[in-house]
Amino acid sequence: MSSKMQSSSSMAQARRMVQQLRLEASFERIKVSKASSDLMRYCGEHAKNDPLLMGIPTSENPFKDKKPCTVL
Amino acid sequence: MASEKAEMDSLKKECDGLRTQIEAARKAVNDGSMSSAAGSATDVGRVQLKLRKSLKGHLAKIYSMHWATDSRSMVSASQDGKLLVWDTFSGNKMVAVPLKSAWVMSVAFAPSGNLVASGGLDNMCTVYNIKSASPKTLRELDAHTGYLACCRFLSDTEILTASGDTTCCLWDLETGKQKIIFTNHIGDCMSLALSQDERTFVSGACDSLAKLWDLREGTCKQTFSGHTSDINAINFFPSGNAFITGSDDCSCKMYDLRSDQEVIGYQDTSLNAGVTSLALSNSGRLIFAGYDDFNCHIWDSMKGEKVGVLSGHDNRVSCTGVPGDGMGVCTGSWDSFLKLWN
Repeated sequence: MSSKMQSSSSMAQARRMVQQLRLEASFERIKVSKASSDLMRYCGEHAKNDPLLMGIPTSENPFKDKKPCTVL
Repeated sequence: MASEKAEMDSLKKECDGLRTQIEAARKAVNDGSMSSAAGSATDVGRVQLKLRKSLKGHLAKIYSMHWATDSRSMVSASQDGKLLVWDTFSGNKMVAVPLKSAWVMSVAFAPSGNLVASGGLDNMCTVYNIKSASPKTLRELDAHTGYLACCRFLSDTEILTASGDTTCCLWDLETGKQKIIFTNHIGDCMSLALSQDERTFVSGACDSLAKLWDLREGTCKQTFSGHTSDINAINFFPSGNAFITGSDDCSCKMYDLRSDQEVIGYQDTSLNAGVTSLALSNSGRLIFAGYDDFNCHIWDSMKGEKVGVLSGHDNRVSCTGVPGDGMGVCTGSWDSFLKLWN
């Protein structure tokens, strides 16, 4: 690649970077306190539907090995 | 030449100015930490999960696994050159897919359960139909110029890939062609996660950044920094408003999309191993993170505390996954075993 092509591609890259940063800078952010409380509320509301949090009764455990019973 | 240099200098100055502006805007909304907000949340206590099954079958390091949407089938990939589809309820192997290239790094199950995809150092993503009498290669997606690090199906007709060539790509499986190429990362893309509404996805890369993309427009909407090394794993928090990352810098982080920044970090001075993989429990409260230290550590996502550990592998935990019904965790390791815990 000639040095002229190199400089025009790095120019193009720099222009794209400015465009991208302008886009990201224009984002409207909400407060972290609101974001945190929303996340916490979600966890709280869905805790009862979280088997790994609530525990799984043996009879309903799909991964538990079912050992055969033998009558002695 | 002089005018070019002047333009470059002014562009660079504008970039620096914009970066400062973004940091200031983030700081302005950073009015409290998650861990202090979580002070009122109930404690989860010590999370002690039991090993329910050890799945033996692979003959070499396992690099990736993915649950099917039925929460029962699961596919794993090993550098022994095979994909194995398991019935996790019985522990039986249902299908074995021999790979053309043994250097596999990622595997995915289509939501329909009809297809699986894999790829790695061959720079390709190969899609297989596992419902035919014997596994049939449906498509070889060949356009990336770097390794395939991660792949995820949107449906039987579209798949998203993340590559060592620093791009992510949306492919049309009917034509086998690229639909959209997502460029903005400056390091190998290692991992991606689709939003539930399939309008966006997040990617983590070796440039230590995570990015949110518009799937249909192909644009990068937000960039998240904070990690100091490669991001190897990324997953959405179930509400869709946040995502979690795992990195070679030995930490995990939760980033909130709407406040555009990290809201809590998960690290421990005693943990000196890189994070390879991560999965969340159904409520998002528990994070299961696989580490190079052979363990999968369990974090309380709200309080930022370590609450448990899954120990049992004899080598690095390379992949972790929780099925859709949330009934367990699967860990896969370089020790060639997959383990099921709940």
